[in-house]
Amino acid sequence: METFYGLFNYWIVIVLMMMGFYMVIAQHNLIKKIIGLNVFQVSVFVFYISMSKIKGGTAPILTDGIEIYSNPLPHVLILTAIVVGVATTALGLALTVRIKDAFDTIEDDEIAILEKEDQERERGTIS
Amino acid sequence: MLNRASILRVVSKLLIPPIMVFALYVQFHGDFGPGGGFQAGVIFAAAFILYALIFGVDNARKVAPAWLTRTLLASGLLLYTGVGVVAMMLGGDFLDYSMLATDQKSAQHLGITLIELGVGTTVSGAMITIFLIFDGRLRAEKDD
Amino acid sequence: MAVTAFSLVRIHNLFAAVMMLGIYSLLAAVLYVVMDAVDVAFTEAAVGAGISTVLMLGTLALTTRMDKEAKPLVPVPLAIVTATGALLIYATLDMPHYGDPGAPIHHHVGPYYIEKSASEVGPPNIVTSVLASYRGYDTLGEVTVVFTAAVGVMALIGRSRRRKKPDPKSENHGRKEQQA
Repeated sequence: METFYGLFNYWIVIVLMMMGFYMVIAQHNLIKKIIGLNVFQVSVFVFYISMSKIKGGTAPILTDGIEIYSNPLPHVLILTAIVVGVATTALGLALTVRIKDAFDTIEDDEIAILEKEDQERERGTIS
Repeated sequence: MLNRASILRVVSKLLIPPIMVFALYVQFHGDFGPGGGFQAGVIFAAAFILYALIFGVDNARKVAPAWLTRTLLASGLLLYTGVGVVAMMLGGDFLDYSMLATDQKSAQHLGITLIELGVGTTVSGAMITIFLIFDGRLRAEKDD
Repeated sequence: MAVTAFSLVRIHNLFAAVMMLGIYSLLAAVLYVVMDAVDVAFTEAAVGAGISTVLMLGTLALTTRMDKEAKPLVPVPLAIVTATGALLIYATLDMPHYGDPGAPIHHHVGPYYIEKSASEVGPPNIVTSVLASYRGYDTLGEVTVVFTAAVGVMALIGRSRRRKKPDPKSENHGRKEQQA
């Protein structure tokens, strides 16, 4: 039972992570893929933050009369990672917009078909 | 269309200045409570985006034209590296704030405040720029 | 939170999916507060529930609202995901328990920061002093990433293609980025 409570946070993280993973590999819609990446990303954040927690500790802001603080280092890493994450997400979304422009669809299986057609057409014109 | 949303307009008019002040508070109070450049930049950009959503992006563009947001974007990073270079010129290592003032603690404080400001500027500049670009794209698409 | 994530997997309407993502990240923010990471929660709430939702909606407006068709759970990816998950859960059995003060992470530089930051750096918020002072290089890198991402978005969709002459402004930005 103790093992269950002690490791429950990791299991939640893994469940979330696998959902994100599934979205990335199984969905054909590019926006859904990006959403899946976000889910995955947040699960990693939760993992880091849960590592930094100390039982009985408090937020790492120095105050008189408090001895135990949670570990500040993961907080710093994740803090910056969140902002970087949203910036890279924006980049991914911009790429999606360009793909929509070029292929008029954002389903990657359709894009693959279109691309194959393009290649065959090129080969046809060359030979 | 604007008349129908009068409640939204009034409420957001009331809300936007406090949001911006709060962003500045978060920016400069980051040493003592939760907060700092990243959060402040995002909150500031959120206030701006709220303005753009309610009052139309054209008005927002008048407030923050493209050159301004792009300058913000670049100047934040420049400020950050600038602090590092200044520290180097004063004889310390890159980003070593101890050289910025005689007293160790006030030097650190100055350095942290400056680079947090740089972070905040870049982040808010980046978010606003990205938002405006997406909107500009939308408009270009509608014109077709 | 797991429920929202699961509905994200199944949901079909992209608009609703984006809203669910906002809820998901707000829940994550609440979770961070519970785990003492107030700074992180703050950022997550502002970024995840605010900015990224707006960006996603902007993209939806530019592309499409609906996923193509409802798909049943596809067996092969599902098998891969289950296998990976099982492996990871097996790996957690060796991990330190939640909140255990004896975990290796709490015996590295963490205690040093907590003890020394007040006398070496000053600000009572340890997160700030680590972020800006001890790990200044790191943060500089992160800021550069944000900057580069914004420049990248600018380069990708910044100009409508109908305008023929190249925009000199964005070129300048590219050069500046190289210098930085």
